[in-house]
This record gives sequence, C-alpha cells and structure tokens, in this order.
Amino acid sequence: MVQFTSGHLDTAFAALADPTRRGILERLARADASISELADSFRMTLTGMKKHVGVLEHADLVATEKVGRVRICRLGARRLDAEVAWIERYRQLWEARFDALDRIVEDLQHPRTNMTRRTRS
Amino acid sequence: MKNPTTVERTSERELVVTRHFNAPAHIVFKAWSDPALLRQWWTPPSFGITFVSCEADVRTGGSYRFVFSHPAAPEPMAFFGRYVEVVPNARIVWTNEESADGPVSTLTLEEKDGKTHLRMCELYPSKQALDDAIATGSSSTGAAAEQFELLDQVLDMERAS
Repeated sequence: MVQFTSGHLDTAFAALADPTRRGILERLARADASISELADSFRMTLTGMKKHVGVLEHADLVATEKVGRVRICRLGARRLDAEVAWIERYRQLWEARFDALDRIVEDLQHPRTNMTRRTRS
Repeated sequence: MKNPTTVERTSERELVVTRHFNAPAHIVFKAWSDPALLRQWWTPPSFGITFVSCEADVRTGGSYRFVFSHPAAPEPMAFFGRYVEVVPNARIVWTNEESADGPVSTLTLEEKDGKTHLRMCELYPSKQALDDAIATGSSSTGAAAEQFELLDQVLDMERAS
C-alpha cells in the first residue's frame, strides 16, 4: 500500500492539474500505450510527452516499462478508481440527504415552541 | 456529532446505504412517507437539485412521482415508480421505473432503545445494469472532471486506511 505524506498528495494534485495529463490517464484507462503512441495521440513531440509521463510517473499515477526498445505506459498503483469515486459521490448524496433528514427528525421529536420558521442554511 | 453514512457495493448488483438516527422508527418513517416532509430533505441544496413536484402515496400498491430541476439540465427530470410493499414504521419497497434497468429499493428501519438503524438496499436487475449505472455517471467528460475533483476524497480514504 502506497503511503501518502502531504508531499505525495501535492505531487498527485499537481500531476492532475494539467488537462493533457488527465487526458493521458483517460487514454491509459482504456489501454496501455507507448510513449510515441501517446505523443502521436496528443500531437506532441516525444520530449514533451516524456515530460508529462514523467510527472505522472513521479506521482505513481502511471507506471512505465521498457519492452524491447519501446517504453510502455500503463496506469500506476495510484490509479483513479472510477467505481470508488462514484460510490463516494453517491455516499455524499445520501449523507447530504440524511443530514437534512436528521434536522427534520429532530424537529418532529422536539417541535419548536416559537412559531417562526427556521431558515435552512 | 453526526452519525456516519455508509455506501457499499455488497454484491455485483446491490448497493447498500446505512445510517443511524437518534429517533424512534415511527418518526423516521414519517419523514419518508409524508410527501410534505420528504420534499424537505430528499434534494440536498449542495447537489443543485430542486423539486418541481413531489407526489407519493406510501402504501402497498401506491405510487410516487418526483420531478426535479437542475441548472445544468435543459428539462426537468421525472423519477417514478410503485410501492411494492409498505409496512408502517418498518419497511418500504419501491421500484424505480424511469429507467428500464432501474433497481428495486428496500428501506428497512430497525429500532433499538429508541434509536433507529436505517438500511436501504438497491437491487439492480443484473451486474451489467449496476455497472452501467456507475459507468454512465463516470465515463462522460463532465463526470470525469467531477471524479478528479473527488481525487482528494479518494486519496484521503487511502491515506487513512
């Protein structure tokens, strides 16, 4: 399990702050690719793509491996799991609902004695 | 202190949501079964959804229809279905028919010492149906951007584990 220090988190955030790098991750989520394939896809020089891949590799978001003379890129240990993210978002929806339900339930048990309506935040 | 909300994919076609409430079951049930109360908590402001209309006849054989609006949606969205089974203060089972592959939702309330454990299970017709529900929320570019905003949540969870 990769442990995170706050430095590591900053690295991951910085890696994802760039739209091209996010695009690279989306591409690699579909299939592994070589650096030159990525450079072609993103219409970039090899040097430019190596830089982006390097940043992603440093953040453990991408892993690379030399296979013969070709460097193959794939999603790294720190992969963004789509299902985990979706479930977390869904959990936040239910949490927001249940937080509001908490207030309703509280009001039902202990009705306010004054008649003014509480404004919702 | 707030009780935690958990969501888990307990099987390949089921999602389970749980939470404790510091109230008896009949109170929690009232908030789920009275449309005037339901519309006060079902649409969190933080998600930008608001009710256009909220109709619910929470009895076995009854039906519901929720219509929502969202600033990003060109038209209001309707969610509707039937109540397959309603046991007051204990259980509500309903269908989600706005989608052909919608789940059957089962809410159970268990009371102990005046407090209620709530469990809501969404059973999808197949693994594919649940996979698709998740995928359509995560494969479009807009939702992918949303996922990246969630990265801090995911990283926090991993850091804590």
